[in-house]
Amino acid sequence: MASIAGADMKTRLQTWLPKLVLSPSLALMLVFVYAFIAFSVYLSFTDSRLLPSYGWIGLENYTKLWRLSHWETSLKNMGIFALLYISICTALGLTLAIFLDQKIRGEGLLRPIYLYPMALSFIVTGTAWKWFLDPGIGLENVIQGWGWEGFEFRWIKDRSLAIYTIVLAAVWQTSGFVMAMFLAGLRGIDNEILKAAQMDGASNWSLYRRIVIPQLRPAFLSAFVILSHLAIKTFDLVIAMTGGGPGRATELPATFMYSYTFSRNQMGIGSASATIMLITIASIMVPYLYSELRENH
Amino acid sequence: MAAPMQETAIRTGKVARTFIYLVLLLFAAFYMLPLYVMFVNSVKPLAEITGGGMMSLPSVFTLEPWVKAWSSAQIGVEPSGLSPYFWNSIKMVVPAVFVSTILGALNGYVLTQWRFRYDTIFFGLLLFACFIPFQIVLIPMAKMLGVMGLAGTTWGLSFVHIVYGIGFTTLYFRNFYAVFPSELVSAAQIDGAGFFQIFRRILLPSSGPIAVVSIIWQFTNIWNDFLFGASFAGADSQPMTVALNNLVQASHGVKEYNVHFAGAILAAMPTLLVYIVGGRYFVRGLMAGSVKG
Repeated sequence: MASIAGADMKTRLQTWLPKLVLSPSLALMLVFVYAFIAFSVYLSFTDSRLLPSYGWIGLENYTKLWRLSHWETSLKNMGIFALLYISICTALGLTLAIFLDQKIRGEGLLRPIYLYPMALSFIVTGTAWKWFLDPGIGLENVIQGWGWEGFEFRWIKDRSLAIYTIVLAAVWQTSGFVMAMFLAGLRGIDNEILKAAQMDGASNWSLYRRIVIPQLRPAFLSAFVILSHLAIKTFDLVIAMTGGGPGRATELPATFMYSYTFSRNQMGIGSASATIMLITIASIMVPYLYSELRENH
Repeated sequence: MAAPMQETAIRTGKVARTFIYLVLLLFAAFYMLPLYVMFVNSVKPLAEITGGGMMSLPSVFTLEPWVKAWSSAQIGVEPSGLSPYFWNSIKMVVPAVFVSTILGALNGYVLTQWRFRYDTIFFGLLLFACFIPFQIVLIPMAKMLGVMGLAGTTWGLSFVHIVYGIGFTTLYFRNFYAVFPSELVSAAQIDGAGFFQIFRRILLPSSGPIAVVSIIWQFTNIWNDFLFGASFAGADSQPMTVALNNLVQASHGVKEYNVHFAGAILAAMPTLLVYIVGGRYFVRGLMAGSVKG
């Protein structure tokens, strides 16, 4: 009898074991992701300042937030940054991928050169670009030294142009990665269709426009999803390159949230801005993940 | 990147090819530019940089900026150089990479070989967690680390990186194990092999390629993290990225650009090495699983 009961215990343990193994991750995820999200969203409806406080004030933080010129600046910058970053990375990544796909000698050497920026920290990238673009010692100074004395390039110090230097550095960092995504897509395209169309006398331009690029739809979608979520999360690069300045000229929602929460002691408003960031990302990621997961099952 | 499956059948003329090569080389120069700037300026005296020589090769070669960045530059209030922070990063990264990879492997194993009700929902929730803006968890996490007694420690940072790394490691292992022949597992089950036996004897031995992917991904992300380090580290547990930023942003004294560049390379070195040594295996491992994109 005892051995039967023992065997029974063992099989029962075996059926529970998979769930048991999964449970630490499940617990961590529920607490540190979803309960934390709920807590932060809750804080955005409270009068929290230096520390969390639980006095309910409804939508006041949100109405205050939308009246702040500081927030307006970060949103405007986000718009410029996201639009340029996503479109330039996509266009550049696609172009480089198509060019690299033309039986290029030295492809094996070029690919890692395009890709390595992905391995670097934004703080490193930011440091390099900050000093390279600095008018005092960087590009402007160098070109003036080469004899072109009237040369001026001080975008990083210019309130209306500084955001474009952030775009430049961010494009430098991720466009190679986008190139790799498109290259993988290109290498998966059936050459027979291309050969047939070529026989019919189609030009290269129309081959790409009519046949190749439409087949890259999944790569375009992944690139868009990855780039847009990276854009919204951009934080370190701004901190390293401009610290949000000059003035507030390069503030983004991520830096806004950080300074309102941790240096201005406006935790309620900071949480409200974080909630808006989350909703923006969720509105892109949730439909995408949903369709991906449904496809797989 | 992609193991060349096949190159395009499209043919290009001579003029077009010259143009293509020119563009490709131009962009290679663009991508190399910051690395070049960092390297040449990290081995020249400060006067050469301020004198307009940022793009030139050093006329006087010196390793002093490297020595200073590593061991005596002013970081915050301490003239300690970056070395203590380098070790902080190592202490933070190693356990975090190790634990999150093991958890990811186990999760991937369960999600593919021991399907249960709602497993897709579990995976979906885990996947979404990979992409949240971390600003949304900063405040409660700071509180929680205090409650757990981990505030301001490298262990605390490791813990944070484990929690937010599980999503990606699970994704990698799940996609890798999903194409694993399930007959092998059912045969082993009929033979009476238990849950861990199957994992150890059947799945683990062939997990090398995806483990490399998970380790490289986690190492790079955690080493390069700035937000968590800046939010949760104490003065003596700051990781390398935070210390580098402190060095570069310091507002007092002469700006020693050569030291900044040397420090930047020191901060970049580990991930750059991992990329150079392991990049090929990373791509191969990704291709072996069915990761889309």
